[in-house]
Amino acid sequence: MAASAESLRPSTAGLLLRLWQSSLGKKYVMAITGLILFGFVVVHMLGNLQFFAGPTLLNEYAEALKSKPPVLWGARLVLLLSAVLHITAGAQLANANKRARPVAYANSKPLVSTLANRTIIISGLVILAFIIFHLAHFTIGWVDPNYLELRDLVGRHDVHEMMVRGFQNPLVSGFYVIAVALVALHLSHGVASILQSLGLRSKNTEPHLKKLALVAAAVLFLGFCAIPIAVVTGLIR
Amino acid sequence: MNLTLRVWRQKNANTPGQFVTYQAQDISPDMSFLEMLDVVNEVLIKRGEEQIAFDHDCREGICGMCSLVINGAPHGPLPHTTTCQLHMRSFKDGDTITIEPWRATPFPVLKDLVVDRASFDRVIQSGGYVSVSTGGAPDANALPIPKDSADKAFDAAACIGCGACVAACKNASAMLFVAAKISHLSLLPQGKVEEERRVLNMVAKMDEEGFGNCTNIGSCEAACPKGISLDNIARMNRLYLKALLKSNL
Repeated sequence: MAASAESLRPSTAGLLLRLWQSSLGKKYVMAITGLILFGFVVVHMLGNLQFFAGPTLLNEYAEALKSKPPVLWGARLVLLLSAVLHITAGAQLANANKRARPVAYANSKPLVSTLANRTIIISGLVILAFIIFHLAHFTIGWVDPNYLELRDLVGRHDVHEMMVRGFQNPLVSGFYVIAVALVALHLSHGVASILQSLGLRSKNTEPHLKKLALVAAAVLFLGFCAIPIAVVTGLIR
Repeated sequence: MNLTLRVWRQKNANTPGQFVTYQAQDISPDMSFLEMLDVVNEVLIKRGEEQIAFDHDCREGICGMCSLVINGAPHGPLPHTTTCQLHMRSFKDGDTITIEPWRATPFPVLKDLVVDRASFDRVIQSGGYVSVSTGGAPDANALPIPKDSADKAFDAAACIGCGACVAACKNASAMLFVAAKISHLSLLPQGKVEEERRVLNMVAKMDEEGFGNCTNIGSCEAACPKGISLDNIARMNRLYLKALLKSNL
């Protein structure tokens, strides 16, 4: 429940709290954390695509990412915090929405709706499950501890080989493709929503918002899926 | 025309309601939807039964009093049309029509199809006005207003406060209504002065009343009898962020 109108008095300390307590404030939190996570996904895809340039470039890039632990852990912290805030704010907003319509209509079909926004919560939850598995798989090495021991010719961690071995498992590749498809679906609504929630929609920008979101989703889907498909089909081994 | 109506009947806010089926017979296609209900009610009165309660006032599409979710669509199937301006020629002989009240926690059902929309009044009272000092009336053209601003303000001011946006939204969000009021006043120089206080207070009141949140889909815009655009919600989002940051300076 938000602060009452009377309590809205200037107070620097209370700004973040007021932001969090208001419906619009929470939408900004959703939008900004969503934007951070979207930015990460784009950079991650670009990094991954170096897979096609061969082991040298990819392993060098991976080593460079890990060469400055404060930067690495700083980025990881920002991403973790963004994910936690995104999920918490999303859950609270969804609960408030449910409370606002306790009795459903006989005909519950909304006037406007897309697959992406009908499934936004479930796609988010599956993506969360995937992220946990994905980290356990490639970052922590729980699935196969040998992954982290792989070395290339000059002694660097052989990320290229790890990806090839990882994606040779059709179950891993299958789950990966499904998860990436859900990321794309989530973002096809999410990217346009970020811009609307931050107030960047107008008569002039409106026709482009949805197109931008669809293009972003399609590019991410193709970019991420290219790797498991190349491995499973044996194009790259 | 002969029609079958499935109408939501509910004694009061504290009693659960249910659908009751009625036959509407010898309906003229030129009747408005409300006139059709009047005919059904006359039959009910003759039979000694309780009439179907529904809201209405001007029956000209401008007062915002009529409501009704008709076959799942607030104000029925026609775009940019209030229930009172919806005519029976939009339906086919033999149709079954489901009629429900607006459904939202901040719009409790008072009786049958009548809901209490006082939550909208309280949102308006929290800042949806321009405080004008008394004095002589200013010259008509003393305050120049750009055509673009005047057009946008007028489009937003077309909101009649009927609540169809809340009824249509899957989250029962009132953001289109609140955004229309904020836009209408803040785009004009007279309303600009109180812009920040207005947007902070109206959004806080909207939340307090228990409306849901916008998920940027647009059912509200599709249901709005006055065609209020989602652009207004984006404007509210901008103004609120600006006001929140400035209020802490």
